[in-house]
Amino acid sequence: MEQEILLLKGNEAVAHAAIRCGCDAYFGYPITPQSEVLETFAELEPWKTTGMVVLQAESEVASVNMLYGAGGCGKKVMTSSASVGIALMQEGISYMAGAEVPALIINVQRGGPGLGTIQPSQSDYNQATRGGGNGDYEVIVLAPNSVQEMADFVELGFELAFKYRTPVIMLSDGVIGQMMEKVTLKEQRPRLTNEEIARKYPWASIGRTPDRKPNVITSLELQPEIMEKHNLHLQAKYREISQNEVRYEMSGSETPELAIVAFGSAARISQKVVDLAKAEGIEVALLRPITLWPFPTESIRELATKVKGILTVEINAGQMVFDVRYAVEGRIPVEHYGRLGGIVPSPDEILCALKKMLKP
Amino acid sequence: MTKEEIIQKGSLAYEKPSLLNNNTMHYCPGCSHGVIHKLIAEVIEEMGMADKAIGVSPVGCGVFIYKYLDIDFQEAAHGRAPALATGIKRVLPDRLVFTYQGDGDAAGIGGNETLHALNRGEGITIIFINNAIYGMTGGQMSPMTLMGQVTATSPYGREAAIHGYPLKLAEIAAQLEGTAYVTRQSVESVAAIRKAKLALKKAFQISMEEKGSCLVEFVGTCSSGWKMTPVDANKWMSEQMFLYYPKGDLKDITKKEKS
Ligand SMILES: Cc1ncc(C[n+]2csc(CCOP(=O)(O)OP(=O)(O)O)c2C)c(N)n1
Ligand SMILES: [Mg+2]
Repeated sequence: MEQEILLLKGNEAVAHAAIRCGCDAYFGYPITPQSEVLETFAELEPWKTTGMVVLQAESEVASVNMLYGAGGCGKKVMTSSASVGIALMQEGISYMAGAEVPALIINVQRGGPGLGTIQPSQSDYNQATRGGGNGDYEVIVLAPNSVQEMADFVELGFELAFKYRTPVIMLSDGVIGQMMEKVTLKEQRPRLTNEEIARKYPWASIGRTPDRKPNVITSLELQPEIMEKHNLHLQAKYREISQNEVRYEMSGSETPELAIVAFGSAARISQKVVDLAKAEGIEVALLRPITLWPFPTESIRELATKVKGILTVEINAGQMVFDVRYAVEGRIPVEHYGRLGGIVPSPDEILCALKKMLKP
Repeated sequence: MTKEEIIQKGSLAYEKPSLLNNNTMHYCPGCSHGVIHKLIAEVIEEMGMADKAIGVSPVGCGVFIYKYLDIDFQEAAHGRAPALATGIKRVLPDRLVFTYQGDGDAAGIGGNETLHALNRGEGITIIFINNAIYGMTGGQMSPMTLMGQVTATSPYGREAAIHGYPLKLAEIAAQLEGTAYVTRQSVESVAAIRKAKLALKKAFQISMEEKGSCLVEFVGTCSSGWKMTPVDANKWMSEQMFLYYPKGDLKDITKKEKS
């Protein structure tokens, strides 16, 4: 398959991109608004071309544990779900973080709590950026704001997952998963052979060869001294990720009065807000975190020296705003604007919230 | 005779399988887990599959099986071993993939994963150690606990009105289209161990032939959890457990093929 430009939903783009970057397996369970991921895989039948495994599991609990098993073999594996199912996966994600199993988990968020709604939301920010399951761990969180990025972050997600032996979450939402855009898909890349995996990932439990000791993929250790050492190793890894992998994008005014910090679809809407504000003579910069963990704390701290106030726009009740306030250290006002229950805020209402910040 | 003379090849009547290492096992006296570990090591060695075998360990007393068998292992969350095994087998179809699970693990918290992995006909073997109790956590009631059996959470005996009935997981597994071989064994005597080993080997072989999934249940003892001496535990198992969980093959599709 050559490079190709197609009109696709974000969810569909994910499946195309996965096959083309040499993904080995997808395990998933249907849930709105992301069922197109599994449906697209089923339609494309990659097991007939690249040999990629696609399996509909009996639950998200099973999918994430299939992910653990196949990922523990050094294979490039992914799953996708929406909020409710991602909640069920937290046990497996915590185990994978502990056992250092690389994998990509896509969350096409919908509103909660509970069964909530099938409409878009960004209310799993806290869950994704605070590990989400039990224990001291972090996962890398990538937040796409376009169909193109949903495709691109599949490959980036795998790259980071293997570089650091960690689960990576792509935190998308119902808007980006469902909307259609032009997307450039890369050419087909081959899957790794078992021999290549054994060489590249000497930790993989792929069958013990006589030249090495057995590989055990585990998160368990009953001796506290050893377990503390393992935890310190994980923490050192997280520090390394924090130093190397922060990604964000700046746009809008270069001489801003105010700034918006927003990710994903809220950032897309905020681009419009920046234009509307400019038309009314208000200079606004937009900082879009692309990695939600690690968070662009330093850049926001610097931004705070240039503006009078920051508005975070999130499709939730105010979650990222705490990370922005932490970055700003109380130097300027930081407010939040968001809608709940599956309602996506309009540019006009955000502009209104922004203008309020200019009132003395 | 010196020790060296005794262990000379010609005079050896019995040898520890080389896949079973010298780490001291953590099991209580009289526990069935250790013997079953040894059988697994023997069978994998005899099949020449040491470099192809990948085991999945449970949460339960068997959690550290990977410390004793020198093959690749993955340690699963409580009950999720069949899902891990599915993931492994799907991406490495030529590997010998098996899970090792207790009754609480496979029939309780992981009941759904067990049934679906078996019913998908994954080419895996679930080795299921039924000691009718949660051994690791200190002897609480399990789905397999017998009626009237006293445990830490059924101190007056298991009662249908409160606790429901013991689950015949193997009988359910035998009904599933996806299973190829379902058998119930035990390891309380040399004769039983020999039989059990043959059953385990058969399961491993079938699992490699793309015929379906296999379940090998071992009815086992837990003298600590049952609060009995090892001898009494074997007696109680033979008199009580085998009544409710009768031994033998429950399903064998290779028999149908022959006839
Ligand atoms: C999610 C979760 N719940 C509970 C536990 C605690 N736990 C550990 S082992 C176990 C029971 C194991 O019993 P069984 O599977 O019968 O194995 P045995 O120890 O008897 O061999 C329980 C409840 C756990 N580790 N994880
Ligand atoms: Mg038990």
